[in-house]
Amino acid sequence: MQMTKKWNEFFLNWLIKISGYSAIIFVILIFYFLLREGLPAIGEVSISNLFSVRWYPIEDYFGLLPLIAGSIIVTIGAALFAIPIGLCAAIFISEVSPRWARDILKPLVEVLGGIPSVVLGFIGILILAPYLRQLLDLPTGLSALAGSILLGGLAIPTIVSVAEDALDSVPRSYRDGALALGATEWQTIWRVTFPAARSGVLTAIMLGIGRAIGETMAVMMVTGNAAVLPIKLNSLFLPVRTMTATIAAEMGEVAKDSTHYHVLFLIGVLLFVISLGINIAASTTMFQQRKRAERILS
Amino acid sequence: MKNTLFLVIALLFILISGCKNGTESSQEITSSPQFSTIENIGSDTLVNLALAWAEEYHQLYPYVEISVTGGGSGTGIAALINGIVDIANASREIKPEEIQQAEDNGVNPVEFIVAKDAIAIIVNPNNPVNQLTIHQLSDIYSGKINNWSEVGGDDRVIVRLSRETNSGTHVFFLENVIRMGDPNDKTIFSSDTLLLPSSEGITAETRDNPNAIGYDGLGYVTPDVKVIAIARDESGPFIMPSAVTVTQGQYPIARDLYMYTNNQPTGAIADYLNWIMTPEAQTIVTQLGFVPIRKP
Repeated sequence: MQMTKKWNEFFLNWLIKISGYSAIIFVILIFYFLLREGLPAIGEVSISNLFSVRWYPIEDYFGLLPLIAGSIIVTIGAALFAIPIGLCAAIFISEVSPRWARDILKPLVEVLGGIPSVVLGFIGILILAPYLRQLLDLPTGLSALAGSILLGGLAIPTIVSVAEDALDSVPRSYRDGALALGATEWQTIWRVTFPAARSGVLTAIMLGIGRAIGETMAVMMVTGNAAVLPIKLNSLFLPVRTMTATIAAEMGEVAKDSTHYHVLFLIGVLLFVISLGINIAASTTMFQQRKRAERILS
Repeated sequence: MKNTLFLVIALLFILISGCKNGTESSQEITSSPQFSTIENIGSDTLVNLALAWAEEYHQLYPYVEISVTGGGSGTGIAALINGIVDIANASREIKPEEIQQAEDNGVNPVEFIVAKDAIAIIVNPNNPVNQLTIHQLSDIYSGKINNWSEVGGDDRVIVRLSRETNSGTHVFFLENVIRMGDPNDKTIFSSDTLLLPSSEGITAETRDNPNAIGYDGLGYVTPDVKVIAIARDESGPFIMPSAVTVTQGQYPIARDLYMYTNNQPTGAIADYLNWIMTPEAQTIVTQLGFVPIRKP
């Protein structure tokens, strides 16, 4: 009896350990695979070609700059759109709305987060893009702006949900203390609750941006996919081509081990590095804040 | 709407084929005399036609299952090269480098012309332009003409729409319209050309946007967009695309549609391809707005 219990313990211990480590191993394997398939591109395509501004792979133009810039401009647009709305919604749900409204709103936001992006893309093509074209008198509504708005819409549920959890976990006593000291409700929210939940809010923003930069389907449907370098002032209102849409649109066509195939994997490596960078930036700021909080408390 | 329905059906087929057990080799399937499955991937131009053929054939011979998937000619040929498909559909000829890649993989592509198609140039119904020459089209798509007023229309920016680069229609258009058939010409699409992932996307944007110009297989043109008459040069004549003008060789932007198999087909695949050449199957070609290779 004693023996089986010990064995059970040992077995479970190992199972959990293996599951834990496998997450790390998978990430390493994926990165290894991306590098193995992507790095040969650097040898096959000249650096000046890779850093040119023309992407037309069937004639061996492999300029990555328009794609990288396209992803960045759409993601920044999405962040500008999603962060204010998302955070305001989170503050409203957590701090302002009455209990019963909160019990309805929170699940509703989470349902919103479950809408498949292809459905949003369809709405974008049929309603958003034509509307934007008429409203702003653009040549075409299929633009970086349409992509930003859709991606913002995709990121908002993530931001609201995570930020609301963070605000909610701020102890009641903080608010009571602030209110007792004579702070107004708004001062309490802005000066006490919000800063106390800062690391959770930052995680919410990072998760939202991560969702935006990796999103493919909706972006491919509404951004027009023209590989132009968005450096003009009005670039936000013109079509762009993102890295994810490029991989999705072209991966099916390439023959394995062709130059084009390797370059597409190189784009995959870039995407991986960018989202890794965002995650590391997020966790270091959080870590620093925690240290600072500990210093103040001790 | 009809297009959307077909797309949904095509997606269903993709789902079904995705669920199938990938470990069965196609060899095992085709060797069974009672029941056989044919995998058919490729050109989005051909996908409606291939689906219609597959459905008709399945009704005639219920023991043959044909699963049809779109994705583009490049996708179909890549699948043939990688040995994961029985028949690849293509709206362009296989390229020499693709034949080379296929041979490196031990695949020997065999070509069948199954139908003809015209590429229609479409604009918004409110666009006053009625006719263009191939040369004007080339200048529009390569970025030399940027305003509709330069070709007799309103003072509006031209928004160029194209299929993605994996589309056979895209490659055909590049070689025969933008480069006007000159193999030494290295002109390519203007970089601000919108590359849309589907024919449906092009039709939707053209229907809605008075600035847009797009191209699509004749079978995909819906009544709510305007088709432009095309001439080889200024002296004309300007011809509208139709089955008659394509068969008579008058409409300048017409092409053959292909199916490719690995080696000379045998068994169920050979039966199917033979059936496609019959007048009965070619009637379906006409019904879907394509041009039959022989009089039905």
